[in-house]
Amino acid sequence: MAKVKNRSAGSRVFNAINYTFFALIILVCLLPVWHVLCASFSDASWVLGQSGIIWRIEGFNVNGYKLVFANQNIWSGYFNTLIYVFGTTALGMFLTVMAGYALSRKDFLWANPIMFLISFTMLFSGGIVTTYILVTQYLHMYDSRWALIIPGCMSAFYLILVRTALNNVPESLEESAMLDGAGRFTILFKIMLPLIKSTLATVILYYVIGNWNSWFNALIYLRSKDKFPLQLVLKDILVTASDTMSMDTAILDSSDSADTVLYKQLIKYCTIIVSTVPMFIFYPFIQKYFESGVMIGAIKG
Amino acid sequence: MKRSGQTAGAAAPAVKVRKYSWTNIRKDFNRNWALLIMVAPAIVFYIVFHYIPMGGLWMAFEKFKPNLGIIGSPFVGLANFADFFGSIHCWRVIRNTLVLSFLQLAIEFPITILFALLLNEVSSTRYKRTIQTVSYMPYFVSMVVVVGIIMDFCASDGAITSIVGAITGNYDNMLGNPNNWRPIYVISDLWKNLGFNAIIYVAALAGIDQTLYEAAEIDGANRFQRILKVTIPGILDTIMIMLILRVGQMMSIGYEKTILMYNPQVYETADILSSFIYRKALQEGNYGYGTAVSLFNSVINFTLLVIANAVSKKYTESGLF
Repeated sequence: MAKVKNRSAGSRVFNAINYTFFALIILVCLLPVWHVLCASFSDASWVLGQSGIIWRIEGFNVNGYKLVFANQNIWSGYFNTLIYVFGTTALGMFLTVMAGYALSRKDFLWANPIMFLISFTMLFSGGIVTTYILVTQYLHMYDSRWALIIPGCMSAFYLILVRTALNNVPESLEESAMLDGAGRFTILFKIMLPLIKSTLATVILYYVIGNWNSWFNALIYLRSKDKFPLQLVLKDILVTASDTMSMDTAILDSSDSADTVLYKQLIKYCTIIVSTVPMFIFYPFIQKYFESGVMIGAIKG
Repeated sequence: MKRSGQTAGAAAPAVKVRKYSWTNIRKDFNRNWALLIMVAPAIVFYIVFHYIPMGGLWMAFEKFKPNLGIIGSPFVGLANFADFFGSIHCWRVIRNTLVLSFLQLAIEFPITILFALLLNEVSSTRYKRTIQTVSYMPYFVSMVVVVGIIMDFCASDGAITSIVGAITGNYDNMLGNPNNWRPIYVISDLWKNLGFNAIIYVAALAGIDQTLYEAAEIDGANRFQRILKVTIPGILDTIMIMLILRVGQMMSIGYEKTILMYNPQVYETADILSSFIYRKALQEGNYGYGTAVSLFNSVINFTLLVIANAVSKKYTESGLF
C-alpha cells in the first residue's frame, strides 16, 4: 500500500499519542485475563486478601486446578458441550448446505417464495415464550439433549451466507456435470462444496463458537445436572455461586485443606481458565475466518 | 398459488404467462424435484420452530395453562395487555430498554468508529495486526465468563471497586446499586465488542482509494484535513447503514447479559423488556402475560426494522432486505 508520508512534527506527536492509546487498549483487553490467570495459580489465602488487580503469581500452586478437575460436573460439562457443539453444527450445516444450494439455483421455481419465508423470520419472531411452550409442551423435549440441538440448529443468516457463496459458483460447472449424468446431490457434495470451502469454514466456526458459549437454552430446557453443558456448570459456579461445586478439599495435602470458603474464589478463577483455554488455543487460527464472516455479511447488507 | 400468480402479474403489467401456472409447476417439479427434497427439511424446520411459535402468539390473548394447551386455555381478550400497560413495570422496562439503547448509540457507536479511524492511522502493519488480534479476543469469551469477571471485579473487594472506592470512599458491591448498572453495562459491552464491531469500519477504510490521499497531499492537505475530507467521507455510507441498523434494533436488547448480571436490588434500572418477559413467563409461569409483552415487543421491533430499512434504501441505496 503506497502510504502518504507523514513527516511533520504535529504528525509525529499524533503518532506517539495514537500508539500509546492503542497500547492502553491492548492492556485493558488483556488485564482481566492476566488477573484471572495469575490468581488461578496463586496461593488461595493470598488471593482472598487481594483487593486490586492481581499482577503476579504469589506462592505458585495448582490446588485450585486439582479441585476443579476433581469435580465431576466440569468433566460432564465438557463432554455435553462437545455433544451439543458437534450435534448442532453437523445437523445445522447439513440442512443449511442443502437448502442453500436449492435456493441458489436460478431455475428453481420456488426459490424466491421459500427464501422470503425464511428471511421473514429474521424480522419477526414468536419470541422465547411460545418457542418454550412448543418445545416443552408439544414436542416433549424438556430435559432432553435434543432440545439443545434441534430448535437452534438453523439460522437464516448462515443460510444466506452459504446461498450467496453458491450463487457465485459459475453455472457452467453444474451444466457440464449434469450432461455427464450427475444428480443434484452429487453436484452439491462433490462439486459445489469443495469450491466454497472458506465460506463453509467460516459458518462452521460461527456454529462452534456460538454453541460452545451458549447457556440459555440449557438453562430453560434442562433439569438434570448430568446433561448440563460447560457454560451452565460455569454459571452455577461463577454467577449463581450455588454450591454445585462439591469441593473435596481432602485431595489437597496443604494445611488449610478443610477450608472450603478459602477455595471458592480460587476455583472461580480456575474454572474460567479451564473453560476458556480451548478457545484461546484455537483463536489465532480461526481469527481470519471471523473477519471474512463479517465481510460476507456486510456485502450482503 | 393462484393468488401469488395474480400478484406477480399485477406487479409486472407486461406479463405473458403466469409464473406459477400448473404447467410451470409441473415442469419445475419434473426438473427440480431433487431441489424440493433438499429444501424440504429446512422448510419443515422454519414452519415448526418459527411459524408455529408465531401462531402461538395467540397465547397473548389467553390465560394460558400448560395443562390445558393453547386450544383449551380460556380466552381473556386484551386483559394481558391491559395488565401490562397498567402496571408500574410497563414504563420502567420500556424506559430502561430505550435508555440503554440510547447509551449504546451515543457511546459505543461513535467510539467504535473512532477506534477504527485511529487504527487506520497506525502505519506499522505488525502493530495493527496485534491490536486487532487482541481487541477481538474478548468477543469470543463467553457471556457467562464475562459476567463472572464483572461480578468479581465489582464485588466489595473487587479490582474495580477498589479503584472507584479510592475516589468515592464507597466500597460496597457495585452491582447492588442501581445507579451503577448502566455504566457497568455499557463499559463491559465496550470491552467485549469494541474490536469486533470495528472490523466492518476497518474493512471500509481499507477500501478507500489510496490515490485520493496522494491527491489530497499534493493539494496541501495536512493529516487532520485528510482524515476529515477523505477518510470520513469514504466510510460515511457504512456509518449510515450501521446507524440505521442500530436504530432499527432500539427495542431489542438481548436478555443474556441482563439476566446473568442483575438482581432485584437493581431492577429499577436494569430490567429491560427481554429480561422482564423471561422472568414473568419462564420463571414465574405467567405465560399469557409474558407472551403479550413479547408480542408487543416483536411488533415494535418489526416496525422499527421496516422503517429503518426504508430509510436506508432511500438514503444509501442499499437496504437490508
